[in-house]
Amino acid sequence: MSKEIIGTPQQWEQLEKELEVLKNEPGPVMKAMQAAQAIYGYLPIEVQSKIASTFGVSLEEVYGIATFYAQFNLKPKGKYTIGICLGTACYVKGSGLVIDKFKERLGIEAGETTADQKFTLDATRCIGCCGLAPVLTVNDEVYGNLTTDDVDKILAKYND
Amino acid sequence: MLERAHILVCGGTGCTSGNSKKIYDEFTKLLKENNLDKEVKLIMTGCFGLCARGPIVVVYPDGAFYQHVKVEDVQEIVLEHILKGRIVERLLSKEREADGSVKPFNETPFYKSQHRLVLRNCGVINPENIDEYLAYDGYLAYQKVVTEMTPQEVIDVIKASGLRGRGGGGFPTGMKWQFAHNSVADQKYVVCNADEGDPGAFMDRSLLEGDPHSVIEAMMIAGYAIGATKGYIYVRAEYPIAVNRLQIAIQQALDYGILGSNAMGLGHEFNIELRLGAGAFVCGEETALLNSAEGKRGEPRQRPPFPAVKGLFGKPTLINNVETYGNITAIILNGAEWFTQLGTEKSKGTKVFALGGKITNTGLVEIPMGMTLRTIIEEIGGGIPNGKKFKAAQTGGPSGGCIPASLIDTPIDYDNLIAIGSMMGSGGLIVMDEDTCMVDIAKFFLEFTVDESCGKCTPCRIGNKRLYEMLDKITQGKGTMEDLDKMEKLCYYIKENSLCGLGQTAPNPVLSTLRYFRDEYVAHVRDKKCPAGVCKALVSYEIIADKCVGCGLCKRGCPVNAITGEIRQPHVIDPDKCIKCGACIAACRKNAIKK
Repeated sequence: MSKEIIGTPQQWEQLEKELEVLKNEPGPVMKAMQAAQAIYGYLPIEVQSKIASTFGVSLEEVYGIATFYAQFNLKPKGKYTIGICLGTACYVKGSGLVIDKFKERLGIEAGETTADQKFTLDATRCIGCCGLAPVLTVNDEVYGNLTTDDVDKILAKYND
Repeated sequence: MLERAHILVCGGTGCTSGNSKKIYDEFTKLLKENNLDKEVKLIMTGCFGLCARGPIVVVYPDGAFYQHVKVEDVQEIVLEHILKGRIVERLLSKEREADGSVKPFNETPFYKSQHRLVLRNCGVINPENIDEYLAYDGYLAYQKVVTEMTPQEVIDVIKASGLRGRGGGGFPTGMKWQFAHNSVADQKYVVCNADEGDPGAFMDRSLLEGDPHSVIEAMMIAGYAIGATKGYIYVRAEYPIAVNRLQIAIQQALDYGILGSNAMGLGHEFNIELRLGAGAFVCGEETALLNSAEGKRGEPRQRPPFPAVKGLFGKPTLINNVETYGNITAIILNGAEWFTQLGTEKSKGTKVFALGGKITNTGLVEIPMGMTLRTIIEEIGGGIPNGKKFKAAQTGGPSGGCIPASLIDTPIDYDNLIAIGSMMGSGGLIVMDEDTCMVDIAKFFLEFTVDESCGKCTPCRIGNKRLYEMLDKITQGKGTMEDLDKMEKLCYYIKENSLCGLGQTAPNPVLSTLRYFRDEYVAHVRDKKCPAGVCKALVSYEIIADKCVGCGLCKRGCPVNAITGEIRQPHVIDPDKCIKCGACIAACRKNAIKK
């Protein structure tokens, strides 16, 4: 069992605290992974190992869960995550064209992060504000009624 | 003291994305500054439904329905309407009565034909305050069942109501309750399926955001009926506002002793816990959801045994969808007979739809079963924008199909939709106009299912992938007529042999578009043309010489220098260089470029 600490000591301490709370719950593994990702922003292999040993399951099982669900990240994300909704309502209103333009501008595919760790581009599932379609989010900020002309304007806003 | 006016600010996801939280804060500030905070009540509500015109603010007692409200407008509403009693007309709907006066909002076409039963409290009460729910007969139905009815009597009422599962399948809810009731075990569970994954569907989210207690109360009633003491709500993590309001609602119910070891002091135990999804569409399938709620990979289980026999943690489990629960308290309080008066012979009650796509009034609507698609689209939805023609409506998400314009007068209920090759689904209703390519839409849904297939069974994992590849080939202009037949065969094979609902319904978008829009497939295959001008490989851009004035705007807009021409002379596009990005069309002011 690995005793190696990953991240800051505070992060590790918080992880151990969260795992302790979940020990008495039925079916705790996914909840633990969600808690861990909230701390680290992604799931380093050491953290998956720690979760596996805490709950007496194999690392393979934890890794299997991590790769099954879209929301678990195995790699750190960029400073800004641009999530473009590819739900049906957004798609028929042209969100496919918007994501293409982002790919072209950032030089990455959906699911990838730019080399400077600044932007991650995600194609997301319906986020439920279909009234504003097509929609995208940059971290928690929502932008609606998009056209391809908005792409450069939005990128410029995060040009820090 | 009773307030003289109520200001309701929509706090649904759509309006929140449009900054309604800041509007609420601005009202708080300005009401205080003008010493109005004691006499005017400000409430953050759930969704009003008319998302296309959000953010929405409603002021009572006048019933003024302000739309597209901006933070800057708040001052005018406070100073003019609240202080001086003069309604701010410029923020109202443009729909007028014959005499030119503004129509009351519940008389406008969007609201008039609706029947808000499940959504009765959405946009009316503050979902973060249990007292408001209690004031609207909240938790009365639970009291009634525990004090006046046996568990079997409760189940009989649900059966008699004819309520069917609103998650899509349409299984009779009362039967489900009966099966779970009949199972004998030391522990049973009540589960709420709030993993609303259909793209373009947000009914369940809006109900949880707008009236979370009605779902909690229904789960308590279900717990009493089947003999369960514990409930789980499995909700998508993509719905942060709904998750937050559920947490608040559960905590308030605990604080009031409504949930807990002696629920409402009536001698029964009931507790509810939230489980968050992590982004997997298949988890909306009930057995996959159970695995996921247990913290595992969300792969479906073989049925039988059904969840009513062996469900969550191996115990008998009742699992219903959010909207199904949303009907329960009303049925208990008003009786089964009242409920059966709404709807059609085999589909009782109402259905909530999320209207989206190419439609004027995007938003959330609740209609009695049996209403025609025409009424929904033309009256409630306000028709298709920009003078375009209605082409198809898609229901049932990736499991459903497209309803063509020729069937627009079909009354909407479970059985009619199945008969025309679609399905009710959870309630997403996406409207498409002539600019939508049906082959591209089928490909879009297949791409979704291929991505979301859990991979457990072969027909779904590999079959859908092959289906997708054939569709892709067709949109590239490389398809053959044999491909169409092959696709159809493969569709039926996948439907018959997949393990769970995801695979069994995945080919539906292909089958229904092949059935109603075969000519479009043929155009792609035989004529190498995309009639809607969507599939890039089959579109070519051309400048109409007669219309071109040679202004050069298109030339400057073209990112690959594919356009040449002298000033004031007609320009031309070099098809070999053109990447079909559409920048020239956007730049041209003379409509001189066609594709």
